[in-house]
Amino acid sequence: MSVLVYTESEGGKFKKAAFEVASYAKEVANMLGTTVTAVSVNADDSSELGNYGVDKVLEIKNDKLATFNAKAYADSLKQAADKEGAKVVVVSSSADSKFLTSMLAVNLNAGYASNVVALPESASPFTVKRTAFTNKAFNFTEISTDVKIIGLSNNAFGLKEASGAAAAEGFDPSLSDEDFTVNVTSVDKATDKVSIADAEVVVSGGRGLKGPENWGMIEELADVLGAATACSKPVSDMGWRPHGEHVGQTGKPVATNLYIAVGISGAIQHLAGINSSKVKVVINNDPEAPFFKAADYGIVGDAFEVVPQLIEKLKEFKANNA
Amino acid sequence: MKILVCISHVPDTTSKINFTEGDTKFDTNGVQFVINPNDEFGLTRAMWFKEKQGASVDVVNVGGAETEPTLRKALAIGADNAIRVNTEATDGFYVAKQLAKVVQDGGYDLVIAGRESIDYNGGMVPGMLAALTGANFVNTCIGLEVEGDKATAIREIDGGKETSTTKLPLVVGGQKGLVEESDLRIPNMRGIMMARKKPLTVVDAVETAQETKAVKFEKPAPKGEVTLVSPDNVGQLVELLHNEAKAI
Repeated sequence: MSVLVYTESEGGKFKKAAFEVASYAKEVANMLGTTVTAVSVNADDSSELGNYGVDKVLEIKNDKLATFNAKAYADSLKQAADKEGAKVVVVSSSADSKFLTSMLAVNLNAGYASNVVALPESASPFTVKRTAFTNKAFNFTEISTDVKIIGLSNNAFGLKEASGAAAAEGFDPSLSDEDFTVNVTSVDKATDKVSIADAEVVVSGGRGLKGPENWGMIEELADVLGAATACSKPVSDMGWRPHGEHVGQTGKPVATNLYIAVGISGAIQHLAGINSSKVKVVINNDPEAPFFKAADYGIVGDAFEVVPQLIEKLKEFKANNA
Repeated sequence: MKILVCISHVPDTTSKINFTEGDTKFDTNGVQFVINPNDEFGLTRAMWFKEKQGASVDVVNVGGAETEPTLRKALAIGADNAIRVNTEATDGFYVAKQLAKVVQDGGYDLVIAGRESIDYNGGMVPGMLAALTGANFVNTCIGLEVEGDKATAIREIDGGKETSTTKLPLVVGGQKGLVEESDLRIPNMRGIMMARKKPLTVVDAVETAQETKAVKFEKPAPKGEVTLVSPDNVGQLVELLHNEAKAI
């Protein structure tokens, strides 16, 4: 038995979330007195995983898996879990991982807890803490199956470096045509921008910005911080910004280290969506905006005056701390 | 084409969340229940298939009798038949098992479920249902076209979107984007009257082991006071974010 972790990569490079789930898997393995086996798919150099506690890597290299395919990936992970006799499988909360994991859970007859935010409370009964009610609450979930799957929330655990070496081993899961019945025909992804899921900082704009033509300063602020851009629901409903940027209960949850809201009043659905973010900043000209009750730092002022100043100050800060 | 839309009965998005019985149960007191928003986008897309392509649309919920007003609302929006699996929805796998039986009995070609419910946010029912019934599956679906037995689905990925082709039978985990917010329908009086006469069939649950169990709930720790920075001293915010919050 070992703890199996799916370490995602993109273009051959591991994502930050891969190191986070590996760090988490290591702690779980320590709790259970076992080791960590990672599964990588078409990653260039899996030795990096050793820095986050991985003991062994099953390296899958397969051209058929060059494009993400949930069913084929789920089937590959199932075979890896069987081979290792894994009792706990750890995955991230990326769109791809969430896509494949529900199928993996059925394949493995495993109980699956998603959006987990901490190490297991106890190993027996196996209890994990997860977010529920779109971040308005937490729930403690007991998993009673022999094999258990944990979907870890992004940025919930962080990276924990370990000194170790990951032993690589080739792994060639047997896949059939049945695994490739959903075929990707095109991918439309901005490669020059940080996605909300991968971002450590998110800069978000609301109706207070008055129109899509005023997003230049939001993008510039995001640029200075290496942040992703997001928006409130009305902004996406009015078509000022794409749906993919909508943050909130019916949009995306955001669990970043820093969330900066500009001209967003803070509807309960929006605040729920960002509740898991660690540090929240609001800039709004209305001191009564509900966001001020949810934020750590706030500036009551005109966004069109404050944001350009903030960009200047951040540039100065970066120049001094480079 | 026979379509089944899975409907979760969830607290309205503006609800304050509280718990009772030693934080082991959700407190439904004073809570307004609605169709899960992710399911409502799917239901509205299903209405499009009904009106443009002659599809039939059934809706299903796994839950007690208290969820029937939510199913009636789906009928008022335009679904043809409703099915309620009479049991408590205890966890994602249990619900998926119940739905799999309904799908197999009904011979549905397309199942649209929300990518997640906004109460437990498990996000696992659509994929589990696909795996249990052997259907194809596309999650976080923001666009769907069906021609004959071929389907084209757009999926939201981290930082973009992806288009794929597949075949029926298909399960999608839907969300906003399947239709726009402005496309959502408010039932009119005629719809509400007709919904009263439409069939709502109650079926028994199939026996299934429960794999996970929500044992306790907890509300987030109360938030401290916001630290206000003067708009004339924006530099202080940068300092605080660096020195105090360690966020930059």
